[in-house]
Amino acid sequence: MSGIPHDHYEPNSNAEKWLHKRLPVVGLLYDTIMIPTPKNLNWMWIWGIVLTFCLVMQIITGIILVMHYTPHVDMAFASVEHIMRNVNGGHMIRYLHQNGASLFFIAVYAHIFRGLYYGSYKAPREVTWIIGMLIYLLMMGTAFMGYVLPWGQMSLHGTAVITGLFGAIPFVGDAVQTWLLGTSNGSVGQPALNRFFSLHYLLPFVIAGLVMVHIWAFHTTGNNNPTGVEVRRTSKEEAERDTLPFWPYFVIKDLFALAVIMAVFFAIVGFMPNYLGHPDNYIEGNPLVTPSHIVPEWYFLPFYAILRAFTSDVWIVMFAEFITAGIIDAKFFGVLAMFGAIAVMALAPWLDTSSVRSGRYRPMFKWRYWLLVVDFIFLMWLGAMPAEEPFATLSLIGSTYWFAYFLVILPLLGVFEKPLPQPETIEEDFNAHYGKASADGAVAAPTPAE
Amino acid sequence: MMKTLSVALVALGLSAGAAAAAGETGKVTNYDFSFEGPFGTFDQMQLQRGLQVYTEICSSCHGLQYVPLRTLGDAGGPALPEDQVLAYAEFYEVWDPELFDGEGDFRLALPTDNFPASNLSNAPDLSLMAKARAGFSGPYGLGTNQLFKGMGGPEYIASLLAGYTGEEKEEAGTILYENTAFPGGWISMSPPLWGDDVEYEDGSPTDIESVSQDVAAFLMWTAEPKLMARKEAGFKGVLMLTVLAVLLYLTNKRIWAPVKARAKTQPAE
Repeated sequence: MSGIPHDHYEPNSNAEKWLHKRLPVVGLLYDTIMIPTPKNLNWMWIWGIVLTFCLVMQIITGIILVMHYTPHVDMAFASVEHIMRNVNGGHMIRYLHQNGASLFFIAVYAHIFRGLYYGSYKAPREVTWIIGMLIYLLMMGTAFMGYVLPWGQMSLHGTAVITGLFGAIPFVGDAVQTWLLGTSNGSVGQPALNRFFSLHYLLPFVIAGLVMVHIWAFHTTGNNNPTGVEVRRTSKEEAERDTLPFWPYFVIKDLFALAVIMAVFFAIVGFMPNYLGHPDNYIEGNPLVTPSHIVPEWYFLPFYAILRAFTSDVWIVMFAEFITAGIIDAKFFGVLAMFGAIAVMALAPWLDTSSVRSGRYRPMFKWRYWLLVVDFIFLMWLGAMPAEEPFATLSLIGSTYWFAYFLVILPLLGVFEKPLPQPETIEEDFNAHYGKASADGAVAAPTPAE
Repeated sequence: MMKTLSVALVALGLSAGAAAAAGETGKVTNYDFSFEGPFGTFDQMQLQRGLQVYTEICSSCHGLQYVPLRTLGDAGGPALPEDQVLAYAEFYEVWDPELFDGEGDFRLALPTDNFPASNLSNAPDLSLMAKARAGFSGPYGLGTNQLFKGMGGPEYIASLLAGYTGEEKEEAGTILYENTAFPGGWISMSPPLWGDDVEYEDGSPTDIESVSQDVAAFLMWTAEPKLMARKEAGFKGVLMLTVLAVLLYLTNKRIWAPVKARAKTQPAE
């Protein structure tokens, strides 16, 4: 795998040879775990392990929760309280699962923004990127449906808002909404709870499958690294000077990072498990009482802000409404913008025209990238604010930058930017950091592998 | 590198939603409760006093339908002795659908039953009230107040009970009472406490503020009965993971040492 020359698995004993002829599973595991990995990877390359851990943790805690949960509108809320009070260790299992979703999204955003900075999406890793985006979409769907299950006030009314978005699609909107909710009157009830429960159980396994494809894809191309310079593949000797096997060098490094992150995570679960939740979700869902302020979970907020930014008094919305003869109204425009914001990110491999992969050597790209990070956090904050001035205008500015970054800045920078010199090899970068030459300091070089 | 910083920023920004969703609250006093902070524990005597206030005053209208009576005897709660739990359960009557040849009948409650639900349809169940209200929010939707002061559920309850001004008005046939902690300032619940409403066996003060805090602490326990077990698990988890992290750090350093040493002997070309 990975096209990087390296030693492959050789069965030694007769038993190994016997199995290898029939099913080369040991060889597959060996090659996966021993993959030559660029030795200059920095601490932003640890999120993959964190994400894998999150998926496993969510599946295990989730399976246990299902054993005690009742997917019925009259019993769901009480069954969650049953888990919290009567099931041995149930309160910890539930808080781990609930906060695990937040850890999952912190990790996925760090992972995505790592990719955006170091150009991990660029050729030949577009497929890895696209699969990753699919995983991200499925994660959002899974998280959203999981949030419905406790059947609290925010579960119920949040679902009504989000499924209502699909109702905004011209012509087929009502049918789609009916299909999602299982009722034609737009009410969120038993049919919706049942199907969301079913899908919330199914999708994590689809994600697990896609994660394997994601890993397969980047094991085929090899990892990107902070320099964006490819591993030398001309000979095994040269490749070995650029790389180290994943085991033990990166496994131990990643596990150390995971232990630190889990210590923080356990502190949150143990000491402030409801900090990231909404108090309203401790009130049983009641269709007749609408919470004063419906807010999605924090990880949806940037895109929620984009959804709400495009109101009917924005000229581009009016223009779209005019030329489509009203088919695209403000509501549908907002929905398109929200999904479009993710779509432009998925298209980054083809929108970025720069031949230089890593942002480290792109002076003009750098601060625009950091502005995107700030913009993302800014939009996250705006998503939680009420839909009034000045937040509406600020959301519009934030949304505009998000789209401009992908649709204007990335394509143009490749033309106008004069990149800085890149190191010839990964080995050179690594030695420059750890060798004697590093005494005078590689400027702003991120800490490569400890 | 700076990205880690940005992650930390994201993490700080997370709470924005939680804070804003709580809605506008009135004036909430930041009372000091014994169960606050990573090492805070419930004050068993306060929980028992709060149980007394709940039983003698609140329970005439409100219920605790999610709370099993037997948990009154649990460690980390009011921890009543078994015979007292049994005696306490018999204060209540519950509907048992299996009695009277399947037609159902009332019987005395057992420790295995839950507290009864609310007697009045407009009196909300109090089981989870301390987690269903956020006394603190902001500033500016940033959620840092909740990070440092806590969510403020028990503070909200105590402030509400002590927040009546004595003013009342009639609106659409109902009498509303002015309350400084209630969102909007006017609440339909009549003032439940007047001072010296209960008589504590341990001689604790029975002014409105003290009694309010006692019952707020009790309601925090009903909302989060495993609070002490959870904090202990969190503490053990953090401790063990920190030890694990140190060991992995040293292992990692050791593994990478020869690789870095080699880099030193062959400086950049």
